[in-house]
Amino acid sequence: MSREGKRFLLGFLLLASAVAALPVWIRNPYYLNVLNVVGLHVLIVVGLNLLIGFAGHISLGHAGFFGVGAYLSGILTGTYGWCPWLTMGFAACLTASLALGIGIPTLRLKGNYLVMATLGFNIIVTVFLLQLDNLTGGPSGYTGIPPLTVFGRSLISDFEFYWLIWGTALVSLVLARNLCHSRVGRGLRALHESPDAAAAAGVPVERYKVKVFILSAVYASVAGSLYAHYYGIITPKTFDIFKSVELVTMCILGGMGTLWGGLFGAVFLTPLPQLLHFFDEYKDIIFGGILLVILIFLPQGLVGWLENRLHALFQNNRR
Amino acid sequence: MEIGWNQLAQYIVSGLTTGSVYALVALGFCLIYNATRIVNFAQGDFLSLGGLLMYSTVTSFGLPAWLGFPLSVAGTALVGACLERLCIRPSRSREVTNLIFITIAASILLRGLFMHVWGKEALALPPLSPETPLRVLGAAFTPQNLWVLGITLSAIGILVFFFNRTLMGKALRATAANARAAALMGIDTRMMTMLSFALAGALGALAGILITPITSLSYDVGVLMGLKGFAAAVLGGYGNFYGAVLGGVGLGLLESLGAGLISTVYKDVIAFVALLLVLFLRPSGLLGGGSQERL
Repeated sequence: MSREGKRFLLGFLLLASAVAALPVWIRNPYYLNVLNVVGLHVLIVVGLNLLIGFAGHISLGHAGFFGVGAYLSGILTGTYGWCPWLTMGFAACLTASLALGIGIPTLRLKGNYLVMATLGFNIIVTVFLLQLDNLTGGPSGYTGIPPLTVFGRSLISDFEFYWLIWGTALVSLVLARNLCHSRVGRGLRALHESPDAAAAAGVPVERYKVKVFILSAVYASVAGSLYAHYYGIITPKTFDIFKSVELVTMCILGGMGTLWGGLFGAVFLTPLPQLLHFFDEYKDIIFGGILLVILIFLPQGLVGWLENRLHALFQNNRR
Repeated sequence: MEIGWNQLAQYIVSGLTTGSVYALVALGFCLIYNATRIVNFAQGDFLSLGGLLMYSTVTSFGLPAWLGFPLSVAGTALVGACLERLCIRPSRSREVTNLIFITIAASILLRGLFMHVWGKEALALPPLSPETPLRVLGAAFTPQNLWVLGITLSAIGILVFFFNRTLMGKALRATAANARAAALMGIDTRMMTMLSFALAGALGALAGILITPITSLSYDVGVLMGLKGFAAAVLGGYGNFYGAVLGGVGLGLLESLGAGLISTVYKDVIAFVALLLVLFLRPSGLLGGGSQERL
């Protein structure tokens, strides 16, 4: 196994044991709830980071995909009585085709058109969620989403969802890591270095970009479905462009294009608004300020910065 | 449903009014894009700030509008210049993606500050002159409509003069065309970048002062207006000066006619559907050149 592989395995095992150990201490449903939201964010951000880091494109519409997943799951199971697990798959497929529709025309172009297209997409999703109120419940949200069932047992408690959400997040992390080291991942990394050289070496540049975009949208959709069944109520505000910005912020904070960076960003940023809840008035000022400082002074993100520091430290010791 | 001429004329008047404001916002996007290649997501907050400062100077401090107006524009221009000097210039990474996110972070911060200073509630900004509608060709013009159209036209006129006839304007264009070559010719390109941000701030403030008496004024009014100005800029061909004006007016008309003739409910969707269509069909925009590498 390569050094990188060992490091990933080590990191993954550490994370997995932390995930397994945390509920031993944390029994308070409120904290479990925060952890669950962190897990859902990790799921989305891992996908988003693949897109940003490997395809070099930013999406400001992932909250839209998150919302499409959540509302499809909610409405189809709640109003039409579909099977939740099948609906989750169906929602993922539909989201994938939406991503395909947005990705094919925009990723073909040079320059970051995807940002604008996804931004427009997200706003359209929000308007429809607000306006189709006999279907979506409008601004006050859609309620009455049935819980997920496993072998006839309904998952209701925060504790049960904790395993489901973090299990999914861990699997998604492994999948993403494997993708990075597959043919597609190598092609994308070559692409990041030099698109022309990659194309010359026979990497089907556009197709790979579209694939990664679709994958990241599917991650967001699955997270949305889980969210819908977990909360039982969904409102359009959860899926607006500010949410998209927040998700991308998590990627940036941790470090764009590193798998662990996204994870770290989600773990750090998700509880922040809860912590800052006490001084709600200053929330945006603090949030914006922290982001600004990191972006200006640590553009490689916190994880990237730490990695460089550690690297420098080891280099010095060796000498 | 019978659509009378009067109604249609009314839609066109309101479309031209909001369209002018979109054009002002779009011009702000263009200025900064041309100087730095970044999309300034804080452009909408310039709009909010213009309106909010106007509210403070005129309503809170009781200054006359002719004094409050230039003060608000200058104040917002100063904030624009500070954004460049304090956030964009010191950035360790010159990567465009990173710089774009700096503007997003600045936008969050600014919005937080606005909310803290001016509160969450909607404020009422009085129009520039008393409201007695005039009837022209069957459409009712409020004086504010005329102010919007007149001031936008003069702002565009001044910009055209500035870019074509003054040394500073030419230096700005040279910087946009090729910053390195401009620097070699002795142009202070960093100064020019800061100037672009200040000008974008001033244009945003104009838009805010003009439109908020018609719509409403609150700390986050600029978010949606900013995004629509952005859509207008893309529509016209991102970075293209005349494209921005055309895109803005086109979008305003499209929205107003769409809302009037089809559905008011989906009014906000129209701009973004137009944006997606343009990206899919003609990504360089209506007046964009052959180059497809933008943003």
